[in-house]
Amino acid sequence: MNNNEHDILLDVKDLHTHFTSGYGKNKVTVKAVNGVSFQVKKGETFGLVGESGCGKTTLGRTIIRLYNPTSGEVVFNGKTISGKKDGELQKFLTSNIAMVFQDPIASLNPRMTVQEIIAEGLKIKGIKDEAAVQRMVEESLYRVGLLPEHATRYPHEFSGGQRQRIGIARALIVKPTMVIADEPISALDVSIQAQVINVLNDLKKEMGLTILFIAHDLSVVKYFSDTIGVMYRGRIVEMGEADKVYRNPLHPYTKSLISSIPLPNPHGEKRRVRISYDPSLYHYDAAEKLQMRPVEEGHSILCTESEYAGYLEQAKAFS
Amino acid sequence: MKEQNPILQVKDLTVSFNAFAGKVQAVRGVNFDLNKGETLCIVGESGSGKSVTNKAIMGILSKNAVIERGEILYDGMDLTKLTEKQFCQIRGKRIAMVFQDPLSALNPIMKVGKQITETLRIHQNLSHEEARKSAIELMGAVGIPEPEKRFNQYPFQFSGGMRQRIVIVIALACNPEILICDEPTTALDVTIQSKILDLIKTLKKQRDLSVIFITHNMGVVANMADRICVMYAGKIVEFGTSDDIFYHPAHPYTWALLSAMPDSESRERLFSIPGAPPNMLMPPKGDAFAPRNLYALDIDFKEEPPFFRLSDTHYAATWLLHPYAPKVEMPQELRKRIERMIEEDKKYEQQ
Repeated sequence: MNNNEHDILLDVKDLHTHFTSGYGKNKVTVKAVNGVSFQVKKGETFGLVGESGCGKTTLGRTIIRLYNPTSGEVVFNGKTISGKKDGELQKFLTSNIAMVFQDPIASLNPRMTVQEIIAEGLKIKGIKDEAAVQRMVEESLYRVGLLPEHATRYPHEFSGGQRQRIGIARALIVKPTMVIADEPISALDVSIQAQVINVLNDLKKEMGLTILFIAHDLSVVKYFSDTIGVMYRGRIVEMGEADKVYRNPLHPYTKSLISSIPLPNPHGEKRRVRISYDPSLYHYDAAEKLQMRPVEEGHSILCTESEYAGYLEQAKAFS
Repeated sequence: MKEQNPILQVKDLTVSFNAFAGKVQAVRGVNFDLNKGETLCIVGESGSGKSVTNKAIMGILSKNAVIERGEILYDGMDLTKLTEKQFCQIRGKRIAMVFQDPLSALNPIMKVGKQITETLRIHQNLSHEEARKSAIELMGAVGIPEPEKRFNQYPFQFSGGMRQRIVIVIALACNPEILICDEPTTALDVTIQSKILDLIKTLKKQRDLSVIFITHNMGVVANMADRICVMYAGKIVEFGTSDDIFYHPAHPYTWALLSAMPDSESRERLFSIPGAPPNMLMPPKGDAFAPRNLYALDIDFKEEPPFFRLSDTHYAATWLLHPYAPKVEMPQELRKRIERMIEEDKKYEQQ
């Protein structure tokens, strides 16, 4: 890609995260993330979609170093963050990248007040001035649409959408450069989903946040992201600008994903043809031949040499 | 109008729970009919009483629940007045249910085969061998590969979609007439969701089932429904055929639900319903949706709206439809969306 070096905030290069269990002949290796490379520009929202078990959560957690990568490199703002995790790196990570978790009930400590939950990041950063902490908590509550008096309450007193906003406030208080949002809305009701998406959207505009948005619902990702990466079995199979990927999906897996989004249009739903994806037809296991290849400006796809020509033709036919 | 013969009728059903803080009025006078062979979708936010209504139909309300008023008519019986013993003859056999979370609906320490044959052996008095045979046949029918092998496995050895298929097999084992699906796909991925929805549709056709389908996803509703009931705060606020609801929504709550979903075409700000559903310990006077309704009239806070008739099949309970009410249009974005939908339909017809 033809970007300035300075524009790129996060650069993931051939990242692998494998989990092993058992010993000797019972040893099983799960390749959760199996060679993923992508770049996120400053101020951009990168949406990562895929079905459950495709490794998208593992990828997010590896970037923020909740898991250790098996191999590969992650560069954040010019600094390699995939190396040995010492105190200094830990500090760098916590003050620059924040995370919003999927389940707002499980990710908030029920015994802490909202004030304590949100201010914990500041405490770790070493800010001791009580008044300043108080002010910053109130400010970040205000930013996600909650009131200052909420600070003394406990998580169980809030509804699902409010809890998720507390999670977002906690992530934002350290003024991170990037936020990893791991399925922040899939545990919520429709009307509340809209609330949370709107909050994230506003914050993106106001603070110029870079967001790595992980979800399994492609319609939400499309609505929210600038760039989309579609993951399947630990790899990104298609990547590109949101509109291009959504309007002209090339990889059969992306096509099947798009065809299975439920749309609120009864007649459209009835005439829709669902595409199911059969990985055995597409040389998925022929690992040595697979490579990300660009098909058009800002749109690339994982394929073998022989498939490449076909995809190029499809892309041309569309434009 | 073609002759409708409702298989199940719910009349003025009112259910409340005796809780520590007082009486929670979960369902407040719900009326609907389920016709033979149709899919009725019940939509609404969480806490609107959709699940409680259906638990009342299944007779599996918790102990502190009281059915205050109303009746559920099925096959000449009033289900609210049956004894537990009589109910056992219906539940699972003639009315069956698919639950939301397939992991917690299945017994984790019992092989799935046994969980399926359990219903068959109780209701149809089949022998072990016969029950096993018909269970394996059913498992094949819902698309579980290698059913003989899967028969002897435990729920944890199945993926989410496969588990939901097992729950469906259990529900269908005794050839019920009515299938109640309580958010069967909310816990599942989009791709698996579409497969399960297709499965329910084909099974419905094959077995001439009548389906009550509960969900909060309007996309899923569009896919499944013949008729739709929109529920809010324990009441039905609008009902009609799927075309009525999607092309001519009349209640502000339905507008809100429809515009809360991201649209594939636009990037406008999503509409989110302000506030939270009311506390059902003390349901508000008048229209329960009024405090969150941008189009609320004064009367909404004082008196409950009756159902206004829009067409033979389409009714909505909002004062906006009263002849004296000021004329209010649905939100701009929603109107645009519906126009886009109609255009798409036209394009398709021309092809």
